[in-house]
Amino acid sequence: MRARYIPYLLIAPSLGFLTMLFFVPLAQTIALAFQADGIWSTENFARMAVDLNFTDAVVNTFEIVIIVVPLQLLLALAMAMMLQHVRAGRDIVLWIWSIPLGISDLAAGLVWLAILTDKGYLNTVLLALGVLSGPQSWLTYETPATLLAAIVVAELWRATAIVLVILVSGVQLIPKEYGEAAEVFGATPWQRFTRVTLPLLRPSIQTALILRTVLAFEMFAIVLSIGGRNFPVLVSEAFNWQYNQQDFGVAAAYAVIVMGVSLAATLVYLRVLRTPAEQR
Amino acid sequence: MRNVLAWLGSTLFTAGLLTTAADASRAESLVFLSTQLRPIEEAQNMRKVILKDFPREVDYVTEQPPQLPVRIKAEQQGVTHTIDVVGALHGELQPLVPLDALVPLDDLAGQLNGRGIPDQLMTLGKFGTAHQLYIPWMQASYIMVANREALPYLPGGADINALGYDQLASWASAIQEKTGKRLLGFPAGPQGLMHRFFEGFLYPSYTGGVVVPFRSEAAEAMWAYFALLWKSVNPNSTSYNFMQEPLLSGDVWIGFDHIARMLDALRQKPDEFVAFPAPSGPKGRGYMPVLAGLAVVKGAPEMNGAMALIDYLDQPETQILTARSVGFFPVVKANLPPDLKPGLRLGANAIEKMQSAKDALPALLPIGLGQRGGEFDKVFMDTFQLVVLRGQKPRAVLDREAETLRRLMTETDAPCWQPDPPHTGACQVQ
Repeated sequence: MRARYIPYLLIAPSLGFLTMLFFVPLAQTIALAFQADGIWSTENFARMAVDLNFTDAVVNTFEIVIIVVPLQLLLALAMAMMLQHVRAGRDIVLWIWSIPLGISDLAAGLVWLAILTDKGYLNTVLLALGVLSGPQSWLTYETPATLLAAIVVAELWRATAIVLVILVSGVQLIPKEYGEAAEVFGATPWQRFTRVTLPLLRPSIQTALILRTVLAFEMFAIVLSIGGRNFPVLVSEAFNWQYNQQDFGVAAAYAVIVMGVSLAATLVYLRVLRTPAEQR
Repeated sequence: MRNVLAWLGSTLFTAGLLTTAADASRAESLVFLSTQLRPIEEAQNMRKVILKDFPREVDYVTEQPPQLPVRIKAEQQGVTHTIDVVGALHGELQPLVPLDALVPLDDLAGQLNGRGIPDQLMTLGKFGTAHQLYIPWMQASYIMVANREALPYLPGGADINALGYDQLASWASAIQEKTGKRLLGFPAGPQGLMHRFFEGFLYPSYTGGVVVPFRSEAAEAMWAYFALLWKSVNPNSTSYNFMQEPLLSGDVWIGFDHIARMLDALRQKPDEFVAFPAPSGPKGRGYMPVLAGLAVVKGAPEMNGAMALIDYLDQPETQILTARSVGFFPVVKANLPPDLKPGLRLGANAIEKMQSAKDALPALLPIGLGQRGGEFDKVFMDTFQLVVLRGQKPRAVLDREAETLRRLMTETDAPCWQPDPPHTGACQVQ
């Protein structure tokens, strides 16, 4: 009899912890977003929407997510497949590939900033090669295309590893026999990849996509250090309203938007990439 | 939640400090409460260096600016008074005036007459009343710093210490023409103080005010000018937070910023840089003094000791000591000694020249906005972003932003501050 309660007892601390430190602030944030002067209203959202940076923040955030997440998935897939064929030194390769995981967002942003500023490493190299005749700016409001490209590259560098780690563990779970059977029936390597590996990898891809997309919507430190005022995103605007304008209501409204978008993306992934019951 | 805890913690902490201070004051030491020089190193310099030669023992206690009026009000309502002298910025002392918490210091002001405190600064200490409510203590400001390499490009006949905004524009564009680089810089990054440039320098210089003439024709012309000037500005300016860094690296030859944020450049390479006053426009040389003052609270336990402490802090020797040890500059006439670090001297001279200029037009920090100062700053930064960075027509932008400003002024009921003309009720955009 007592044994039936033990699992609940054991998970109770973590449940309590999450409720205290997640659901309570969440409810508070939502309440804050929908209140102005103590009255329920949508004024905070109205103020957020007419702000000059709002459209930019929405567009920039989605731009990054739409460009970065598929690219990361492709890259990580390719890396995971290549890794399968590495015999000696496989661990070292994996270890090197996951270095960016251990580096903080802000530090990564500053590293890329040091590379890409006017007197950064990139310009130094290009100057030495004779490609440039003088310092070229990459990160200003006058060069939105290279600014976007810089943020995309930095995000790729920093966060592809998390997708890779999830996919590598997924690939290892696929029994070798399936691939060998397909080979016996004359499947080409490409067919084996698309017909055998990919479908079996679907649960891992789903997890990786959900994690990456949610994190990409919340991206902040990298963008702030590389783009600053020139590249507003949803979270950096929330930060500005909270700390610079000290308008907690509008900041909370931004937070609610970020949460809504992340939730929606998660639901889409769960639905589109769901694994049929018979395959589980 | 965390904010509340932090606030609670700091309040309890300061309350604890003040209690000990109160105990100490019974042992005949003066209590000096200050919102300035709070970092531990500066506070220790205050205690160990600046106050060392004062004949009495002084308890130097620091307080967060928003807590100051709360603390003073609490003492007013309570029975025991502990604070003798309050040191704070002009805008931080202002909320104490409606509380009727400050002792008129007219006699002391008379005694200090020979110290050479500029009249404009003394007038600020009256808050528009007939009485001297604080005595100027120390100051800083925003100045311009230029690399010596930029000097040959100065327009003919221009005096770097009496520059006009038009001359600044021709200077920057001459540099751009000759070197092919845009070497004028502003601290318009996310943590930069660019908004102060608009509030305290450009607007006063062109319109003679800040809030009242916000959408005037003069303001429209000013924004058109600034958008034109921006063509010679380093486009990385929207990432600069402290101008000392691009100045030191050579990315910028001419920069504007708070002196504290350029002091590193001046200290490290005093031979490579010159410091000079901000330019002037049609209405004068608008500049924002960062002025700290010393006041005495009504009910102070030791009125005479408080007066003596203010007198001591405003002696030329003490003021020089203050400049040396914490980097705030004298308000009295003090001959800075020859062994003052050359970087500090450059900065001090620039400030001195700016405030003694014939066309000097001091503009104060916003007053009476309370927590909503950030929204006020945003009005100016949004206007800048729309007109200068996105190239929109100033008229439409000014009309739109004026609405935001009007609402903010109405809701906070903030009175006009210098250089806007005094006005009853909330300060309003015309």
